[in-house]
Order: sequence, then structure tokens, then C-alpha cells
Amino acid sequence: MQCPTSKIRSKEVVNTGAIPNTKIQAINRGLKRKRKLEKGWDWYVCEGFQHILYQQAEALKTLGVGPELKNEVLHNFWKRYLQKSKQAYCKNPVYTSKRKAPVLEDNPSHSDWDSEPELLSDFSCPSFVESGAESQPDVHTQKPFPIIKASQSETASICSGSVDGVEYSLRKEKGIVKMTVPRTLAFCCLALLWQRETITLSDLLRFVEEDHIPYINAFQHFPEEMKLYGRDKGIFAIESWPNYEDIYKKMIEIATFLDLPRFPDITEDCYLHPNMLCLKYLMEVNLPDEMHNLTCQVVKMTGIGEVDFLTFDPIAKMAKTAKYDVQAVAVIVVVLKLLFLLDDNLEWSLSNIAEKYNEKNKEDKPWFDFRKWYQVMKKSLDEKKQKWEETRAKYLWKSEKPLYHSSIDKSVVCKRREMVVNLQKQFSTLVDSTPTIGKKSPSSFQFNWTEEDPDRTCFHGHSLQGVLTKKGQSLTTKNSLYWLSTQKFCRSYCKHVTTYEESNFSLSYQFIINLFSFLLRIKTSFLHEEVSLIEKRLFKTKYSKTKKKSSRSRKVRKY
Amino acid sequence: MQKSMSDFSEELIKSTTEDDQGERCELSGTGMHFPWLQKHIETVATGGKKEKDFAQTTSACLSFIQEALLKHQWQQAAEYMHSYLQVLEDSDSCKRQAAPEIIWKLGSEILYYHPKSNVEAFNAFADRMKNIGVMNYLKISLQHALYLLHHGMLEDANRNLSQAETWRYGEKSSSQEVLINLIQAYKGLLQYYAWSKKKMELSQLDKDDYAYNTASQNMLDHSWKTSVNLGALIQIPGVWDPFVKSYVEMLEFYGDQDGAREVLTNYAYDEKFPSNPNAHIYLYNFLKREKAPREKLISVLKILYQIVPSHKLMLEFHRLLRKSEKEEHHKLGLEVLFAVLDFAGCTKNITAWKYLAKYLRQTLMGSHLAWVQEEWSSRKNWWPGFHFSYFWAKSDWKEDKALACEKALVAGVLSGKGCRYFRYISKQDHQVFRKKIKRMKKLVKKYSIINPGL
Repeated sequence: MQCPTSKIRSKEVVNTGAIPNTKIQAINRGLKRKRKLEKGWDWYVCEGFQHILYQQAEALKTLGVGPELKNEVLHNFWKRYLQKSKQAYCKNPVYTSKRKAPVLEDNPSHSDWDSEPELLSDFSCPSFVESGAESQPDVHTQKPFPIIKASQSETASICSGSVDGVEYSLRKEKGIVKMTVPRTLAFCCLALLWQRETITLSDLLRFVEEDHIPYINAFQHFPEEMKLYGRDKGIFAIESWPNYEDIYKKMIEIATFLDLPRFPDITEDCYLHPNMLCLKYLMEVNLPDEMHNLTCQVVKMTGIGEVDFLTFDPIAKMAKTAKYDVQAVAVIVVVLKLLFLLDDNLEWSLSNIAEKYNEKNKEDKPWFDFRKWYQVMKKSLDEKKQKWEETRAKYLWKSEKPLYHSSIDKSVVCKRREMVVNLQKQFSTLVDSTPTIGKKSPSSFQFNWTEEDPDRTCFHGHSLQGVLTKKGQSLTTKNSLYWLSTQKFCRSYCKHVTTYEESNFSLSYQFIINLFSFLLRIKTSFLHEEVSLIEKRLFKTKYSKTKKKSSRSRKVRKY
Repeated sequence: MQKSMSDFSEELIKSTTEDDQGERCELSGTGMHFPWLQKHIETVATGGKKEKDFAQTTSACLSFIQEALLKHQWQQAAEYMHSYLQVLEDSDSCKRQAAPEIIWKLGSEILYYHPKSNVEAFNAFADRMKNIGVMNYLKISLQHALYLLHHGMLEDANRNLSQAETWRYGEKSSSQEVLINLIQAYKGLLQYYAWSKKKMELSQLDKDDYAYNTASQNMLDHSWKTSVNLGALIQIPGVWDPFVKSYVEMLEFYGDQDGAREVLTNYAYDEKFPSNPNAHIYLYNFLKREKAPREKLISVLKILYQIVPSHKLMLEFHRLLRKSEKEEHHKLGLEVLFAVLDFAGCTKNITAWKYLAKYLRQTLMGSHLAWVQEEWSSRKNWWPGFHFSYFWAKSDWKEDKALACEKALVAGVLSGKGCRYFRYISKQDHQVFRKKIKRMKKLVKKYSIINPGL
């Protein structure tokens, strides 16, 4: 349990031998704090983040992730972070007890603060570990560090529920990664990656958007005594959903900052291996199982299935590639291009052929018809997208706990909240009393296809015979052309190596990119870039050759 | 220079959002600090994306509400409104301040039309919204009162207005002043309505009836209250037709002709008031009732002619001008007729065409060919197509033969025998109109301006 619960207050309970050291310290701290119950506890911003991480770990547990993630991996990462950022577990923690930040009730009796140099070693007690002793941190009584004091005259306007809220938001140390709410997800994702769990980054972010993982308003679940106001608002109140590129960048940043070693290997039997992920995504977008062979081949040819390529190694200098989900999807796009060219022409002619065959041979395994697939997928995609937009529009951002800046505006803010709640009640009575479909249970799959449903054709079992021909011993695609998503890569220091100007590309390609971008909730340009990078590997000879002809419809022989 | 720059910085600082409060307080006064500018610079580095998802989803929510309202999907609108209400807590202070008005407008629509809603719900909503932010109180009160009026709840509306009337918040800004006057005026209107009802009752009572006196005293009370309430508003420049009309009616009833005349003259001629054709119409009708001299009536209508040459009253104006002794009035009379027929409103008005036909003859007989030519010169390019086409000839003859004959006469006089309209009508054979057509042909032969010299 994160913080000492209000149950453990009396000394009698302390005598139970089974309670580990950490708890004792926690209890002591709780006792010390008892006087301050009316004003709430004194808590540090870091504790807040710790609590959030804890909540997230719990949520991941309910999603089926193993408990080691919380108890060991995440905990160790966090500990390391605290060490590296000099907030605890080290010789000179940043904090000091001499802080004179005013508390809400303007109580001048700060004398207790001075007499008890608070040790951040107490940090060990709000531990992730539910059982088992925690090793004593090797910290001794510290000499408190003086910190930037906020000007006394302005105390009324700068304050925070946390002890160091104001100071925290002003802190700008070079080389230190400052903890923020988005970074908690980066931590979670690193932990998931270390454990090689079956939750990708895009899955994680989707769960956050669907409220299965605490993020927006996670602070609402802080214990009652951890009062939040003033500067804390800017730190903990988030009004945007996490973004893939952003969290991915942060993951790498934190992994580097923490000097993490090479992560456990990602091998072929791992969920995060492109072969597995391709299979998953093929199923999800209702494409034939037979395409899996092709994706595996592409993976092999580009070398992105190699252990050394896949395994995340923060210290290594080479470009980090831990975007497993995006890569897998990019591979599928490349395979679709190989099979159907996606030039707004060939895919439809191939569909005609498939349709004719299917009409004549109703008994056999049907040939995959791109047109039919497109119609089914477009309809489903549009419906899903519409629902998604509607749900987002109705999202309630504001927490039930009103956040105010200081005692001055507390009453105004609380009154406002009351008003909003009343008005909401009034309008909810106008809404049909049919129970809203309860929170959807989290699922890894957004689309589901079954053979039995007559309205929504399932293409999993369809055959690619219509688009493959025999060539000697092996099969090759009927289509022998290909066009590259990016002809020239940018070499300068900008963020991306290519841009995505939609109008330059065929409608089929746009549709495919839109479909997968929606699936992973990423920007289309991001996916397009990944596709280009896969192609770069696949056709590396073509890129290195000096081009004379336009590379638009280039004949590329495969297998 | 120093001073203006620091003023400038102060202004900028004021425009920061709430969240920057902390940073603002950092100012030690030794340098310029633009927190909002800093934020913009930072966002440029990150690709310019500043809008939080909160802002994006709430604006999407707003679009959904608007769409639902357009499609009359009250249920959906209520659902989205439930979520939209969170903008009242927006951390962006500008948006937060603008929120109550938007929510009132949309919410009142929903509560007005939603089948599950009722007057109590509306009242509760209005009362809540009135008290969010001070600036909205009067406006919402007024709209609330109108809603109650719409539902026939006159006493409640009256009560509401009375309550709003007494609202005071610091120094009234000019916009609030107008609202207060409007509120008073609507109260006055309600009083007028009560008065009017009493008047009806009174008209059915006998003068000797014992109830007569009390009733008439009652009426007087109402009228006094009305005048108090309406009087203030109509001093302010604006368009107050219903108020003015009611007020004048009352004044006339009690014999205060001077008062009425003053109000109407003011309303029509005070330059501060926006140009309002109705004001002149009210004044004209009043003067007509008073049997004012022709000159006066003409002068009033002249202004109306300048504002709305297509008004139906122009025919009356023409009659006045015709009867006048001044030649300039006669000329104007012709002008007015042509002007009124320039518009589509009177194309099928037989009176207008009859007048024109007769007046053309009169004018030409009076040797004022020049007048006719002057009027016709600017119209000869488009009137034939507008009025005298072959299509109109057929259609008019079918619909209204009398009208067709008058038009044909005019057409013939102005465009000559060759005019299609004239030719078509001339060829018609009809028992009733045979004589008329014959006469028409003769007149055209005589008076057509195409062959002057007659």
C-alpha cells in the first residue's frame, strides 16, 4: 500500500513483529503527521507521481499483467529514477526541511519542521512491494540543502498542496529528466517491455483513452490527506491524451537517463516479434491468414526480425527501434503494396478477376477480393471512427475534486463545481434512462470478425490464389511492379525523414494508411514514415543506385 | 518610450490565462516578462501544437450539439450538453467567461423543445444560469420572461421582469442600461395588455353600470404604469414599434393628442433614431385620423417615398399628389407611380395600373410630354421585358382581363403599337371587354409617345 493508511495510528499495532521495517517507518511518519491531519499531510511531488505509478501498475495487473511488473520491474525503475534525479536514495537529496511554504490555513507554527529533519529515506516506505522486506536504503541523516525561497510577499498567490510544488515546477536542472504525468506512461511502457508483456505502446495509450488506466485525473485517487491545490494543478492535472510519438520519445529519454542495460531479448516466440504482431494485426483488419507467409518473408528480408535489431538497448548508439506495433503494421502495408500495387488500378482489376472466379466456383475456398474487403472494412472503419469521435466529444475532463489555486479562489472554484454538477444532473434527466453501455471491458482487439456473421464477411480463410502465380517451385505475386513511398530521405536534423502529402498518393494507399493509423491511434505521417523505412531496407539496392528513370513504377522482382 | 513600453507589458500580462498567474507573480519589476509569448515560442519549437485535447473535444462537442439541434434531435443534444457543461470550468479564462452565454442559448433551446422538459425545468435552468457571472443576469432574465410570455404565463413573466428591474451591479455599463430599459418596456407592454383587456371589458359595459367606474379607474392605473415604463425606453434611439404603437393608442384613448403627436413625430424625425419606415407610417396614420391638412400628409409621405418607394401607401400618396394644386406635386405624382411599379410587389395591382393609365392620359393631355419622356427614358430598356412581355400578356389575360387591359393601354402609350403586349391584347376578342379594347386602341393611337406630335 502506498501511504500509511489511517488505520495504523496507534502504537499497539506497531508491536506486531510481522510488519517489516518499511512499515514501521511509515507508521512513524504517520504518527508524526497526525497533528497535521486537519491541514492534510505534507507530501512531495515525487510521492504524487509514485502514487500514480502505483495506480497504473494496479490497473495493468487487472488487465492481466503479471505482478512482477509492479513489484519488481516498475519499482526498480522508479528507485533508480529517484537516485539519478537525486531525490532520494543518495547522499544529498534535493529537498530540505527548511522550506517555509505556507500551508492552506496559514498556520505559522512551522517549528516542528525545523526540529525534525525529514529524511527522504522515508521514501522507501510508500513501496510498491506488498510483502517482503525492502532493503534499508543506505542513507544517513542528511544536511538539508537550502532551496530557492519564494518571495514571502507573494505567498498568497503561489502555493501548493504539496510541500515542494512551486519549487518543483520552477526547477530546471540540466541533465535531469523531470518527472511529469506523461512520463509515468513511459515508465509503464518500459516496464511492460522489460517483461515482454502482450501490451504494446499503442494498446497502452488506447487503454488510457478508454479510462482503463489512470492518467487524466489520476490525482483524484490520492489519499484524502494529500491535499492538492495551487501549483500542483499544473503538475498533475492533464487535459490532453498521451500521444504515441511523444511517449515513445520519453521512453527512450528515460531509459537513457536511467542508464538501463540491454533489455531482455525479443525472440521469435515473443508477442512483440513482428511475426506475431503481424499475425495479430492481419486478423484484426480482416485480411487472409495466407498473407502471414508474406509478412514473415518481408521481415526476414529486411532483417527486422533479428534479435539484435529488436531488442531494446538504451545504451547502444544506434537508432532505437522499439516501435514494434508500428513496424508490424508497416510490414503489412508493404505486403499489400506488393500484392495489389495500390495504384488505384491494379487492385480493382485483380478484384474483378477474383469476383469472376468466386461466382463460378462457389464451393471452393473463395479467392480474396480486394474490393469486397474494402467495402466491408470501410464501413466498419467509418462506424468505429464515428463512435470514437462521439465518445471523445463527450469526454469529461474535469475531476470531481475541484482544483483551486489558493484559499482565495477556493470558494469560487467549489461553487462553480457545484453549479456544474447541478446543471449536469438537470440535463441527464433529459437523457433516456436506458442504461448507457457500461464501460467497455478492455480488449486488445478493436475489430472482431467471425465466420458466422453473414453481414460482415470474414476474410481470414480466403485464399490469395488469385494474386499469386506459380514460378517454378515457388509462388510469386502476379503483380511485378512496385512504387516507393519515399523516393528521397531527408538527411538533415529535423524530426522526421519524410513527409506525407496525401494528395501525392493513391486513394487506396490513403485508405490503408488511414485504417492502420486509426487502429494504432497514430498520425498518418508517422505510419507513412515507418513504411518508407521498411521499404528502404527492403529495396536498399535501389536506393543506393543512382537513379536515371523515375522510380514510380519500377519493376522489382521478388522471391 | 519607457512608459509606453511598460504599459504595453502590463496589458500583455493581463491577457494571460489563469494558469500563468504563478509566473506573473514572479515579476520583480526590473524587466519585461511575457509569459504568453514564451509559451508561443515554445510551441513553435514543438510544431506549433498548443491546443489541448480538452479544447479540441469541447469544440467537437459543441458542433455535435449544434448538429443535433438542427436535426431536432433533442435527446442527443441533451447528452452532449451534459458533457459540454464542463467548459464552465475551463482553465482558459476567456473561454470560461464566454461559456455561460453559449450554454444558455443552447440549453434554453433544448429545454424549450425537449419533450421531457417542462416550465419548472426551464425556470430552474434560467435561475441557475442567471447567477453565473454577473453580466448575463439581465439578458437571461429578459429571455426567460419572453419564454414565460410565450407560454401564456403573464404573471410569472411580470414577476420576473420586476425582479430583474431591481438588479444593480456597480456602475451600469451602457449595454446593461439598454437591457434595463427593455425590461421596463416589456413590463410596460404587459401593463398595456392588461389595459387593453380592460378596455374591451369596458366597451361592453354600460356607462351607468356600477362596475363602470371601478373598471375605468383600474384602466387608468394600468395606463399610468404603462406610460411610466414605456416612456423611458422610447427616448432611447432604437426601433420600438410595438411599444410605440401601444403607447400612442393609450394616449389617443385618453385624448392626449398632443402627447401622441409628439411621441410619433419624435420617433419618425429624430435623427438619432435609426431610419424606420414604420415610424412614418404610424405618424401618417395618426395625422390622417386627425384629419391633418393635405400638405402635412404629403410631407410625411414624401419621406416614406424616399425610404420605401415600393410601399402600398404610395398609391395613396399618389392620390394626394394628384389632388394637390402645385405642379411640382403633379410631377411627383407621376414619378411615384412609376417608382411603385418598378418593383415586383405591384405588378399585378390593378389599381396601380389603372392610376398609371389614367394619369398618363391626364399628363399627356396637359402637355407634359417631357415628364413622361423623362420617366420613360430610364425604363424603356427594361420595362418591356419586365412587364410587357408576351408571356405576361398571355398570363395576365388569363388571370385578370381587366388588369390586362389597363396594362395594355400603358404599354401601348409608352411603347407604341408595335409592343407585343399591346398587340396580343388588341387581338383578343371577348364579349365583356370588346368595348374596352376598342377604346384602348383609340387612345393609344392618340397618345402614344412614340409618335409625338399629337
